[in-house]
Amino acid sequence: MINRLSPFLAVMLAVGYVFLYGPIASLILYSFNASRLVTVWAGFSTHWYVELAHNEAIRRAALVSIEIAVSAASGALVLGTLAGFALQRYRRFRGRALFGTLVTAPLVMPEVITGLSLLLLFVALEQALGWPAGRSMLTIIIAHVTLGTAYVAVVVEARLAAFDRSLEEAALDLGARPMKVFFVITLPLIAPALLAGWLLAFTLSLDDLVIASFTSGPSSTTLPMVIFSSVRLGVSPQINALATLFLATVTVTVLIAGRLIGGPARRREKARAPAPAAQES
Amino acid sequence: MSDAFRRRAVLVLPFAWLALFFLVPFLIVLKISLAETAIGVPPYTPLLDRGDGGWSLHTTLANYQFLFSDSLYLRAYLNAIKFAGVSTLVCLLLGYPMAYGIVRAPRAWRGLLLLLVILPFWTSFLIRVYAWIGLLKGNGVINNLLLATGLIHEPLALLNNAFAVYLGIVYSYLPFMVLPLYAQLEKLDPALLEAAADLGCRPWQAFGRVTLPLSLPGIAAGALLVFIPAVGEFVIPDLLGGPDTLMIGKVLWDEFFTNRDWPVASAVAVAMLVLLLVPMGFARRLLRDETA
Repeated sequence: MINRLSPFLAVMLAVGYVFLYGPIASLILYSFNASRLVTVWAGFSTHWYVELAHNEAIRRAALVSIEIAVSAASGALVLGTLAGFALQRYRRFRGRALFGTLVTAPLVMPEVITGLSLLLLFVALEQALGWPAGRSMLTIIIAHVTLGTAYVAVVVEARLAAFDRSLEEAALDLGARPMKVFFVITLPLIAPALLAGWLLAFTLSLDDLVIASFTSGPSSTTLPMVIFSSVRLGVSPQINALATLFLATVTVTVLIAGRLIGGPARRREKARAPAPAAQES
Repeated sequence: MSDAFRRRAVLVLPFAWLALFFLVPFLIVLKISLAETAIGVPPYTPLLDRGDGGWSLHTTLANYQFLFSDSLYLRAYLNAIKFAGVSTLVCLLLGYPMAYGIVRAPRAWRGLLLLLVILPFWTSFLIRVYAWIGLLKGNGVINNLLLATGLIHEPLALLNNAFAVYLGIVYSYLPFMVLPLYAQLEKLDPALLEAAADLGCRPWQAFGRVTLPLSLPGIAAGALLVFIPAVGEFVIPDLLGGPDTLMIGKVLWDEFFTNRDWPVASAVAVAMLVLLLVPMGFARRLLRDETA
């Protein structure tokens, strides 16, 4: 009785999901609209997808964005894994409080502040050292690595906190060196968290407008920057088509990743607690 | 290889990276907020100057005085707090029943319901804000529907006003409220509610006396995750807002990109940071407790 879904909660859930998905549904619907006017339905058409495929500016920006996102996510994966490992395993070291702040603060820092401060750093570095020479893809990648590291670290730390250390101890007892234990035991066991962290850093980078705008140079216009400037000029069905493709890609990726990550975890959970349904009723 | 050496090897890379690309930049922002605007590359005066008589220090509080002297900045500040605060409250009122609903839903559905909350977080923020423009415009989907049903005879002004900004923030940040609330409510032991019922509590009394107090950490975490980024929001007031919805994040953007006044933009950033320091401290503590 206590654990049933009340009508009020069911209605609120329905309202919430309609609110979350209604705008996305209308966005997708109108990407197939034959009319140039985004809001007047004039029949089904894939015209805007064809036009999008021929839009050179968008294609170039998409390639730039993907290159930045892959580099940034990979860099963030390395740094974030090290940071998450340190935070979870090393309980005490000098500067731990500062380190903890540096790892988690980028998660909530308003993007305009992060973007402005990084740009000013790059300008100051260029003045003092001559590096980095101007703003380019490199400066965006550095900015996105910093942001992504925080997300990867939190995901890895959470995974390590729920980690059964007896396997590591067994390997150490059997004479494996700590380095080998890390690569042969720890890393494969936290692999799902690493994948999730990489994907998170990748999508954050792909989606970022504000930080990229501050740190980009003339030759490094990213996809969100192109979308933003075209949206500022008005609604365009081409952007709807692009958004639909983007949403489809992300949804499929997340579903596949969720299966890869959730599958083994669920199996383990079931093995540990054989009859969860029986406890509930 | 000693243990201490190994620790240092693990720490040095992320620590150095974050110090250089997250901590040092703030010090530079602070420094430049004390400099004067100048025409040139970069467009500000150096703080340290080597003249004839050695080094001399030039700092000025003029940028901060400027922020206080022009009521535009103060209004943008208060606006940002108002928009972020009210939106956080609306997120809580909508997100709490959603999170509670997911916890109470049949076990088989829970994964799917949760995924549906997380999925928008993975999709483009910019695209989701853009979607509302097509819905809210004067000749947009919502106005067309209302006109067609005869409920209204003239299009409503839904876009480029405060309403659209509230809507945009609530829509964009709702998942950040639902997820920590769900994590907290899921830990709640149903036996506590059974005990309350056995002792004569009506369901809403049990909610007020048991569920709500025990979910406070989740409420706090969700509120901070919505409020802090929303205060600095730029995209939403820029795309959905109008002339009366200026927020401090947009002011910073305009100072930098339109006026090219780097020192004033830096002073705005410092002022915003001071405002957010207390809630950020709370957020860090909560995040720490959550993962530790």
